[in-house]
Amino acid sequence: MLKELKPALMMLVVLTIITGALYPLAVSGLAWALFPTQAHGSLVTRDGEVVGSTLIAQGFTEPGHFQPRPSAADYKAEASGASNYGPTSGPLIDQVKARIDALRAANPDAAARGPIPVELVTASGSGLDPHLSPGAALWQAPRIAAARGIPEAQLRTLVSSLTEGRTLGLFGEPRVNVLALNLALDALPAVVPDGAEPPGT
Amino acid sequence: MIHRTSEISLFDAGIAAQAATSALRKLDPRELVRNPVIFVTAVVAALTTVLFVRDLFTGGTGPDAGANLAVVGQITAWLWFTVLFANFAEAVAEGRGKAQAASLRKTKTETSARKLADVAATDWQSVPAASLRAGDLVVVEAGEVIPGDGDVVAGIATVDESAITGESAAVIRESGGDRSAVTGGTRVVSDRIVVRITVNPGESFLDRMITLVEGAKRQKTPNEIALNILLAGMTIIFLVVVVTLEAFAVYSGITLPVVFLVALLVTLIPTTIGGLLSAIGIAGMDRLVRFSVIAKSGRAVEAAGDIDTLLLDKTGTITLGNRQAAEFVPVAGINDRDLAEAALLASLADDTPEGKSIVALARQKFGFQAGSAETPGYTFVPFTAQTRMSGVDTPAGSIRKGAVDSIIRHVGEDAVPRDLRQSVERIAKAGGTPLVVARDKRVLGAIHLKDIVKPAIRERFATLRQMGIRTVMVTGDNPLTAAAIAAEAGVDDFLAEATPERKLELIRHEQAEGKLVAMCGDGSNDAPALAQADVGVAMNTGTQAAREAGNMVDLESDPTKLIEIVMIGKQLLMSRGALTTFSIANDVAKYFAIIPALFVAAYPQLGALNVMGLGSSSSAILSAIIFNALIIVALIPLALKGVSYRPAGAASLLRRNLLVYGLGGLVVPFIGIKLIDLGVNALGLV
Amino acid sequence: MDSAGLLQIALYLVILTALTPVLGGYMARVFGAGPAPLDRVLGPVERGLYRLCGVDPAREQHWTHYAASLLAFNLLGLLALYGLLRLQHGLPLNPADMSAVAPDLAFNTAVSFTTNTNWQAYSGEAALGYLVQMTGLTVQNFVSAATGIAVLVALIRGFARRGTRTVGNFWVDLVRGTLYLLLPLSIVLALFLVWQGVPQNFDAYVTAQTLEGGQQVIAQGPAASQIAIKQIGSNGGGFFGVNSAHPYENPTPATNLVEMLFLLALAAGLTDTFGRMVGDRRQGWAIFAAMGVMLVIGIGVATWAESATNPALIAAGVDGLGGNMEGKEVRFGVANSALWAVATTAASNGSVNAMHDSFMPLGGMVPMVNMMLGEVVFGGVGAGLYGMMIFVLLAVFIAGLMVGRTPEYLGKKIEAKEIKLAMIAALTVPFGVLGLSALTLVVPAAAASIQDAGPHGLSEVLYAYASGTGNNGSAFGGFGANTPFHNTALAVAMLFGRFLVILPVLAIAGTLAAKKTLPASAGTFPTHGPLFVGLLIGVVLIVGGLTFFPALSLGPIVEHLLMTQGISFTGAPQ
Repeated sequence: MLKELKPALMMLVVLTIITGALYPLAVSGLAWALFPTQAHGSLVTRDGEVVGSTLIAQGFTEPGHFQPRPSAADYKAEASGASNYGPTSGPLIDQVKARIDALRAANPDAAARGPIPVELVTASGSGLDPHLSPGAALWQAPRIAAARGIPEAQLRTLVSSLTEGRTLGLFGEPRVNVLALNLALDALPAVVPDGAEPPGT
Repeated sequence: MIHRTSEISLFDAGIAAQAATSALRKLDPRELVRNPVIFVTAVVAALTTVLFVRDLFTGGTGPDAGANLAVVGQITAWLWFTVLFANFAEAVAEGRGKAQAASLRKTKTETSARKLADVAATDWQSVPAASLRAGDLVVVEAGEVIPGDGDVVAGIATVDESAITGESAAVIRESGGDRSAVTGGTRVVSDRIVVRITVNPGESFLDRMITLVEGAKRQKTPNEIALNILLAGMTIIFLVVVVTLEAFAVYSGITLPVVFLVALLVTLIPTTIGGLLSAIGIAGMDRLVRFSVIAKSGRAVEAAGDIDTLLLDKTGTITLGNRQAAEFVPVAGINDRDLAEAALLASLADDTPEGKSIVALARQKFGFQAGSAETPGYTFVPFTAQTRMSGVDTPAGSIRKGAVDSIIRHVGEDAVPRDLRQSVERIAKAGGTPLVVARDKRVLGAIHLKDIVKPAIRERFATLRQMGIRTVMVTGDNPLTAAAIAAEAGVDDFLAEATPERKLELIRHEQAEGKLVAMCGDGSNDAPALAQADVGVAMNTGTQAAREAGNMVDLESDPTKLIEIVMIGKQLLMSRGALTTFSIANDVAKYFAIIPALFVAAYPQLGALNVMGLGSSSSAILSAIIFNALIIVALIPLALKGVSYRPAGAASLLRRNLLVYGLGGLVVPFIGIKLIDLGVNALGLV
Repeated sequence: MDSAGLLQIALYLVILTALTPVLGGYMARVFGAGPAPLDRVLGPVERGLYRLCGVDPAREQHWTHYAASLLAFNLLGLLALYGLLRLQHGLPLNPADMSAVAPDLAFNTAVSFTTNTNWQAYSGEAALGYLVQMTGLTVQNFVSAATGIAVLVALIRGFARRGTRTVGNFWVDLVRGTLYLLLPLSIVLALFLVWQGVPQNFDAYVTAQTLEGGQQVIAQGPAASQIAIKQIGSNGGGFFGVNSAHPYENPTPATNLVEMLFLLALAAGLTDTFGRMVGDRRQGWAIFAAMGVMLVIGIGVATWAESATNPALIAAGVDGLGGNMEGKEVRFGVANSALWAVATTAASNGSVNAMHDSFMPLGGMVPMVNMMLGEVVFGGVGAGLYGMMIFVLLAVFIAGLMVGRTPEYLGKKIEAKEIKLAMIAALTVPFGVLGLSALTLVVPAAAASIQDAGPHGLSEVLYAYASGTGNNGSAFGGFGANTPFHNTALAVAMLFGRFLVILPVLAIAGTLAAKKTLPASAGTFPTHGPLFVGLLIGVVLIVGGLTFFPALSLGPIVEHLLMTQGISFTGAPQ
């Protein structure tokens, strides 16, 4: 094997240069030329300020915002993560129960509306899942409508206009980007809520 | 009359009794270690015995307190039974071999031999037969037993070989030629021969035969070695499974009694095939012996199962040994009566079946009365290898008959009538052998000698084809004749005008293509080909050289037996494969018996896996281990008889065996364990 | 499971099958005799490379020589990667100022990437700088994949050749695999990924002002180039901690489909390469069929399991129609997550787009079983098929005996020597998985890494060591693997699982190459028909099943039974 070390070393050096330097640099060059926005993280700016990335969930707690899926990583985009709780995990069940209680407290008539969409009370795989299913978004509509004082119908229109269908009508699941929804909500002309404070805040 | 060694019933009482004691003797660790699976079983059986004895004294308060002492005792007992049953299977197979050997050994009485200093010597020295070494010369006269295997170097004698072959008619043994080999233990009936002994003490034919059938010095065959590696590997895997299971159980909150883990291990490792493996091998040799074929090694038997090409001599194998004269075909200007008469005269002294059939045909057709070999004035010219003609010189002229080319050489190219070639060709095309008769160097015509293809031989070749074996007919005939007979007999190919060299060449050619070749032969000039062939079956009537060169000897000298030999070879492998599959498939049911039993204390929900509805944890484990032991006994007959083999293509064989032994192996233990469990609970054993 | 999900799975399988002959044919040309397809462009590069390294491409190697070259190259690669990880704080292109990786973690990571495992006891965006990701991990992603393919190609030559002493030249196989196969595919895939949103930059981490006035630090980096090869080369090591569940690593259903196809594409294609190179494509398709059937069974079980909603959550008031969404991403849903999980463990890829630890018990058991079977359901590039060949030899051996002939495969007699080597390879999985799992449980410090109480905790341990030994790299992520014990033990598992299979396989290649090739006859059972496919599946499942059923019964099987009763476990494991 000693005799093999010289060609082995040379091969390692040469292949490192090719696959470890030339290849990523070539891809980077092409990417910057062809897809500059995506190559730099699909960042979203508002008023010249980076407010996030369309691909990365951020935490929303205000009643007037759509809330994304729970994050085991607390929406830290420099430290993605999941709960990794198994299905018979006591902590998982406790966590889900706590989220259900919180959602019921924050959303008017939640208890009366039957079971809660599972994705609203389970943590996503990345902790940065930017999407909700249209159903889970609409489930939050009464709360947001109340908080913002806008009709639910307007929210429904907003959600359906921002809903992305399956790719080619086949692949993936229908979904709506929470950051995009909230950017759109924040862009609406402010309406002073009519009546009482939204419950649970 | 050929009689096969008498069938020994599968469980002959005498053999069974002997086997039972020898099963105990085989508990010797040095014996056990040869079989990894059974060795592991014995080791863990010893371990549980120690634990059981300890618990007897401590009252079962050790770490195994989870298991009821009576159950521990029973499991321990069944572990030992497992080992004993495996030993018993081997012992039964050996016992049957020994019974065969005993009848052989009867012929091997202590004789003395008359040793000569050299062939011409007249004075001899009496020595014990057992002291003879290769190269020694002995003289044997009528009534004496030949003291050892050897070649006749002087004299001619009739020898009674019935002790070895079962053939009651005495045979001729003479120096030189293809009938020179004699076997120790056979008896000279007439005359006197000088024999050069060819083997050293203990290596004689009989010795080897006895050793082989007894299975005493049985060497593992290549596939058996490979299978043993597989089984040893699986045993190691299951050891890992069981040892680590303890850690998983502790994590799950329970401690498993060692005896239960041992029971799980023994039911998982392939004890069934492990226990029966050597019995299968011994029984395979035994079956061969019962067919009066002696294999010099188990390797040869296995190779027989792999044969791709079978070289068969035409004469005696495919056709009846003797050709019959069927027709006289005179050339133009000669009438058939003249031809027949000349042929008759030329054949009077010809004792070959062909010669006799010519005489018979001439007499029957034309009613000749006259003529016998003793007629004065007739000088008979015998057949020689040089002239390849025979005939008679009479006052009326000299008559010769012989193969076409030899007569043509005899009379000269120019003297050959044109129509002879046509008639010769016609005969050859019809598969016959033309003999040409000439008087005073004038060609009279041809005799059509017809080969009689053996009845039902065609079906046998079809069978072989199904098994994937190509048959090649080997004949000295010219290509035309050979083609016609080949077509009639249904062989796949033929080698015409065969010489020993061409035969050897053919074998080498086939082997170069990666094929395994089997052939049989008897003559000294067959020896190179016999040695070259992967399976060379020498006829017992053949020369010592041939018998040494081949790796099997057919005592009955029946060349068609190659087919049976191939089948026995295949059956041997199939029995191993089938029982291995069965053994492994069994494990599925054993898991469903034992896993819920082990863990139901930790997780009652695992009761859902108890699909057999076994009575209790203890009864489930006990039933599994009892099944595991009893199945060995139940399968001994199968191991001894071999799985049934019907010649068929590989795909249909595999489908059938997978169905029977794979699927059967999955299903049978579910039923068996359930039934045993019912019994165990009914008897209150747990 | 809704019909949309089933349709996606079906389409995936159709595309995968359609890609197989395309890639299979291409690879057969790359590794067979004759000019390769991109020879005009890459030929000069290839030849220059040999000259530079002092390699004579025409010189064939005996299997021992081939193995020595392979080991030397992998050893140096391991040391180089270890060095980079230990020294990264002093290296450039480290905008997030990552510190040196601890010795045990660096060793584990170096072993992990050189063995094509890509087990990650670290989180990419939180531990590694860009230079290490590129010149360390990406390089090993290429060459470990090329190594696996090289071993397979050597084995195929063993079957195809007759009476020779050599099995090819490792350097040639390594270089050609990298240059002609992995590099072009990676460039195309990387650009596709960037188009869909995967970052490819050397920027510092971005700090965003969130809409509700908070701050969010968003990791960046040259992700696309690394993600492309980790999917293609069955490596699976994510650029980011949560791998292809991360929206930057797998942003859209389109990327998900393509990444998922490349999980299996080369491994599947190699079955056809095998068929072409041994001169009977039906042989390759038979192996493909056996693998395919097991894949479909796995997908069926996992999808069924994941479509259900945890009964305990339903009891708490959750909608029962959503399926098991804990640890899954909305854009993929249940079907794509279950499909990926099965595909990534069938291939020994190990990238994930959902958290396997949070799968339902039986849904998580499927990936575990895939790994326990020895990663032979397509498996790693090269590694899967040469691993499957071990089972093929065992199946052929048993079948050969059952038809009464010395077993043979593709005209090569399978004898004691091959069986011995095959058994050595087959023993690595039980020893690695069961042995090291049991060791974990009896060493209290090691067992402390278990996150979940109850049977799920055992599953976490089994999964970790199945993943390591199978060179998969996916994890039940709750398991705290970054401890000196597990970093070391898993490194051992990965090394054994890789090289104790590679060496026997190369030895088998050597003995086969030296053998004569026997012609097939009616007495040879056909190894390209459904009967053989069924037998092969049976051998794989029974051998795997018999080895792991007891352990599985105390892990996922009992967990499933407990879960259906709504039982859960709280508190410290054990």
